Amino acid sequence: MSAPEDEVEIERGPGVAVAVGPLDGLLNLCRKNSLWYLLFGTACCAIELMQTGGPRTDTDRFGFVFRPTPRQADVLILAGTITYKMASRIRRLYDQMPEPKYVIAMGSCANTGGLFQASYSVVNGGDLIVPVDIYLPGCPCRPEALTEGLMLIQQKCEQEPWLAKAWGRTPEPAEPWPGRPREC
Amino acid sequence: MKEIRDALAERLGTEIEWHEDLAGDPFAVVPPGKWLEACRAARDDERLSFDFLRNQTGTDVPADEVIEVVVHLFSYKHRHAFVMKTRVSRTDPVADSLVPVWPAANWYEREIYDLLGVRFTGHPDLRRLLLPEDWVGHPLRKDYARPESYQGIPTTRPGKEDR
Repeated sequence: MSAPEDEVEIERGPGVAVAVGPLDGLLNLCRKNSLWYLLFGTACCAIELMQTGGPRTDTDRFGFVFRPTPRQADVLILAGTITYKMASRIRRLYDQMPEPKYVIAMGSCANTGGLFQASYSVVNGGDLIVPVDIYLPGCPCRPEALTEGLMLIQQKCEQEPWLAKAWGRTPEPAEPWPGRPREC
Repeated sequence: MKEIRDALAERLGTEIEWHEDLAGDPFAVVPPGKWLEACRAARDDERLSFDFLRNQTGTDVPADEVIEVVVHLFSYKHRHAFVMKTRVSRTDPVADSLVPVWPAANWYEREIYDLLGVRFTGHPDLRRLLLPEDWVGHPLRKDYARPESYQGIPTTRPGKEDR
């Protein structure tokens, strides 16, 4: 968590703006304004995900752009019901994403299994497969809610001393399957 | 309906059970040994000409200790439809495959095998259709119990008291 004196200051002059601050803060400024999410949906929430990427919500203005490959994505949005057959694929996509990476569980199904919780084939929540950062309620959630979820990821980015964390640190082994559900 | 009944009875004799009084579509129950023959007759007989397998499905009936395999047939020539069933044992469900009669039965039978566990003799490629290949059990059976976990993923959500 950055202390206030570590924050990036932006000084504006005529026709020019200069950002001054610790490297961590500058890096986070870049990171949070270029959060690329994976173009990936498992069920009907994906329709709302597409809508969020469309012109009415226009998440491009925050730098949220979809990427069709996990190797260039920062955010994995679990959009829809997850079946056991899909679980290993989702885990693989997550593992292919480079650090730092974030996961949004979008809608009731990705949160807990939702309507299909009692079904034999539906995973009872995305957090049983991958660690989840943001849980969004709704069935499906509105594009506004998803935008807020992405903005919460921005806040998370802002507060993380990622550079200090990543520097000289041996990468931890990936969380053992399955990820444990967090307090929420 | 009477023509269908007469034609099928002529081909297969008295072994067919008729149900016309119940709510819903009338149907015939064919013994499993005559299943393939009955379906072939339904397709080839001029009066029937069921050239289209609309749907094929299965039902688990634990009360009678049977699994029903149901075909919904339609004839483009005569514009009529019909339902036929066969009943196989629940403990050892084996039925004749209808792929030689209607190739469309291929995936239907894979689905029935997947979800109810009926084994179709003569099927060219009897694998699971929807569920993963390492799945245990057949979940549309009435006595199917959900296992504790699948590949290490718990199948129930930890309750608040467990956290």
